[in-house]
Amino acid sequence: MNDALANRDKEYKYGFVTDVETEKFPKGVNEDVVRAISKRKEEPDFLLEFRLKAFRWWQEQTPPHWAHVEFPPIDFQDIHYYAAPKSMADAPQSLDDVDPELLRTFDRLGVPLHERERLAGVAVDAVFDSVSVGTTHQDILAEMGVIFCSFSEAARKHPELIKRYLGTVVPPRDNFYAALNSAVFSDGSFVFIPKGVHCPIDLSTYFRINASNTGQFERTLIVAEEGASVSYVEGCTAPMRDENQLHAAIVELIALDDASIKYSTVQNWYGGDENGRGGIYNFVVKRGRCEGARSKISWTQVEAGSAITWKYPSVILKGDDSVGEFYSVALTNNKMQADTGTKMVHIGKNTSSTIISKGISCDGSRNSYRGLVKVTPGADNARNYSQCDSMLVGSDCEANTFPYLEINNQSAVIEHEATTSRISDDQLFYLQSRGLDSEEAISLLVNGFCKDVFKTLPLEFSVEAVKLLEMKLEDSVG
Amino acid sequence: MLKIRELKARVVDGPEILKGINLDVNAGEIHAVMGPNGSGKSTLSRVLAGHPDYEVTGGAVTFEINREAQDLLAMEAHERARAGMFLAFQYPVEVPGVSNTVFLRAAFNAICRAQGVPPVDAFDFRDLLTEKLALIGMDDSYLERPVNLDFSGGEKKRNEILQMAILAPRLAILDETDSGLDVDSLRIVSEGVKQLSTPHNATLMITHYQRMLQYITPDFVHVLMDGQIVKSGDHTLAEAVETRGYDWVKDAA
Ligand SMILES: Nc1ncnc2c1ncn2[C@@H]1O[C@H](COP(=O)(O)OP(=O)(O)OP(=O)(O)O)[C@@H](O)[C@H]1O
Ligand SMILES: [Mg+2]
Repeated sequence: MNDALANRDKEYKYGFVTDVETEKFPKGVNEDVVRAISKRKEEPDFLLEFRLKAFRWWQEQTPPHWAHVEFPPIDFQDIHYYAAPKSMADAPQSLDDVDPELLRTFDRLGVPLHERERLAGVAVDAVFDSVSVGTTHQDILAEMGVIFCSFSEAARKHPELIKRYLGTVVPPRDNFYAALNSAVFSDGSFVFIPKGVHCPIDLSTYFRINASNTGQFERTLIVAEEGASVSYVEGCTAPMRDENQLHAAIVELIALDDASIKYSTVQNWYGGDENGRGGIYNFVVKRGRCEGARSKISWTQVEAGSAITWKYPSVILKGDDSVGEFYSVALTNNKMQADTGTKMVHIGKNTSSTIISKGISCDGSRNSYRGLVKVTPGADNARNYSQCDSMLVGSDCEANTFPYLEINNQSAVIEHEATTSRISDDQLFYLQSRGLDSEEAISLLVNGFCKDVFKTLPLEFSVEAVKLLEMKLEDSVG
Repeated sequence: MLKIRELKARVVDGPEILKGINLDVNAGEIHAVMGPNGSGKSTLSRVLAGHPDYEVTGGAVTFEINREAQDLLAMEAHERARAGMFLAFQYPVEVPGVSNTVFLRAAFNAICRAQGVPPVDAFDFRDLLTEKLALIGMDDSYLERPVNLDFSGGEKKRNEILQMAILAPRLAILDETDSGLDVDSLRIVSEGVKQLSTPHNATLMITHYQRMLQYITPDFVHVLMDGQIVKSGDHTLAEAVETRGYDWVKDAA
C-alpha cells in the first residue's frame, strides 16, 4: 500500500478490502439480470413477478433531483447488481461452514460473529455484498416464534409472510430508487415478532460492501404483530475506493395493534476523501406504518458516513393513538453531503409524533434537514413536536433546514423549534482554559449537542456512536 | 512561580495593549491588580491564559512546573491549565448542552491525566463536588444545568470559583470576581477563595474595589495604567487608590 492509502486508512479504519473470490453478475441491468438474481436466490414465482413489474416501471422513469445535493449522473448500466463470495454459493448451514476469511472480516469490523453467537443480548445477521453470511441466535429466537433471518431465506421458508407484507409500506412505484431496489434487491433481514412476544434481545444487521463497482440493494422487512415489540439495530461500512458506489436500500416496518418497533442505525459507509473523491451514495427509503391502534415506531439514526446521504425514515400513523418518533444525528465532514429528515403522516385519531434532528457540518460539507409533518382531515387531535438544530464547525460548511407542514385538521397542535449555532472561539478557549484540548473540547460540545438523540440508542450502540463522532471530529479539528 | 518580564502584547493586527509588564508572583502570595477601565487588566489575564486573539510582541513569561521555570508563552491554553494555571473569567462563557457536572469532571480528569494522577469515577467525583459546593455556598441544583447558561451574573461568578475549587490550581487569576456579587455572596466567595489559598499556590486578583480585599488581605497591590504597572505596594495602596483615585497614582508615579 502506498503512503497516501496508508494515511487514508488511518482516517477510515473500516476501509480495508477483503480478499475473497467473488462471483459477480456482468455489469448492467435488464430483465435477464432480474430473473437471474431471483433464480440464484431460488425465489418463489410471485417474487419474480414483483421484481419484473417494478423493473418495467423503473425503466420508464428518470432519476429525481429535488434533494439539495450535487453529483454527476449515475450510469446504471455500469454497476454490478449482484456480487457474492464464491464460498457462499453452496449456502453454509451454520457459522461453522462460513469461509474463515469472511468471519475475520466481521471480526475486524468489530462484529465477531462466533463470539456474538455465544453472547446473550444481541443477535446479528451479517450481510456481505449481496448475501447474508450468517445469522446468530436463530435457535433461541425460534423457540419464541421470532423469525430473524436473511431476506433470501425468508423468501424460501416463509413466502406467505413475505407475500402478505412486502411492498405494503413502500410500494415499488413509490419512487425511482424504490422501484430499482424492488427489481434487483439482493439481501437484507427479515424479522417477524408474533403476537404478544417481546423480543428479549436486540436484533441487528451488519451490512458490508466489499466488491468494487457493485451496488448494494438490500431489503429489510420487520413485522410486529399485536402487542409485540422489538429493538433492531443496523450498522454499515465499506472499503475506501475512489469510485462512488450506490447503496439503494428499502426498509419497511409494520406495527399492528399495541406493537412497538424501535429501529436504530449507525451508518458509517465510506464518505470519500477530503477532496470529495469516492464514497457511498446512500439513497435509502425507510418507512414504517403504525397500522394498529396504540402502536409505536421509533427511528434513531446516527449518520456519520457516505459521500451523499439522501433518506427520510418516516412513519405513517394510521392506527388511532399511534406514536411516531424520529431521532437523528447527521454529521458531515470533508465534502460529504446529507439531505435527511423524516415524514410524519398523521391519519388516525390522537396520533402523536416527535422529531429531534441534530445536524453537524464540518469542513466543506453540506448538511440539510428536510422534514414533512402532514395531518390528514380525519386525524383529530394530532400532535407533533419538532426540534431541528444545526451546529457548524468551521466556516466553509453549510447547514439548511427545510420544514414542510401540511395541516388539514384544525385540532392539530404543532410545535417547531430550530436553532443554528457555531462553536465559538470563546467557547473553545473557555473549555481549553480548563484543561481540555481542542479535540476534547469539541467532542464535549458535540456530545452535549447530540445527547437527546444518543440517549435513545441501545447502550452499547450509543457508546459506539459517541466514539464514531469523536473519530470523525478528530479529522476535522486536528 | 510566575515571572513576567517586559511583556508586550496586542490584539492580533490591533494596537498594543500591554506595553511592558513586569511582575513576580511566588508561591503563597496573594497579589491584587487594580487599574482604570481599559487599562489592560483582562488582556493581561487572557494573555497569561493563552487566548488565541492576542499576539505577544515582546518580553517573556516563565511559569514554574515541577520546580523548573518553563516558557509559558510557548504552551497552549490547555497545557497551561494542566500545568496548574486557572483563569476565572470576567465574563464567563455559556456552554449549552454540557452540564456543569460533565464539564467539571472532564476538566478534572484531563488535568489528573496530565499530572499522572488516576482519574476519578463519577461517584467519588460527586463527593468532591458536594464538599466544594458547600465551600462556596452553592446548592446542587446548578450541577445538572448547562454550564453558565441562563445563570445570573453573580451565579456565573460563583460558578467560576466552584471550578477553581475543583481544579485546585497553583496559580489562580481572578478577573473581577467580586463585581456582580451581592454583599452576602461576596463574603462567602471571598472566604472560599481565602480557604483555597495555601503556601503552595498563589492568587492574582484583578479588582476595582477594596471590597474583596477586606476579606482577603493581599501581600502586594499593583496599579496597572495604560498597559504598564505604574505603582506597586502593600495592601494600603488599595485603600489609597480607593480614596484618592487614579490621578493621584499617576501624579505620584
Ligand atoms: N479582542 C479585542 N479586540 C479589540 N480591542 C480589545 C480586545 N481586547 C481588549 N481590547 C482593548 O484593549 C483595551 C484593554 O482592555 P481590557 O479588557 O484588558 O481592559 P480592563 O483593564 O480589563 O478594563 P475593565 O476594567 O473595563 O475590565 C481596551 O481598550 C479594549 O477595548
Ligand atoms: Mg477587564
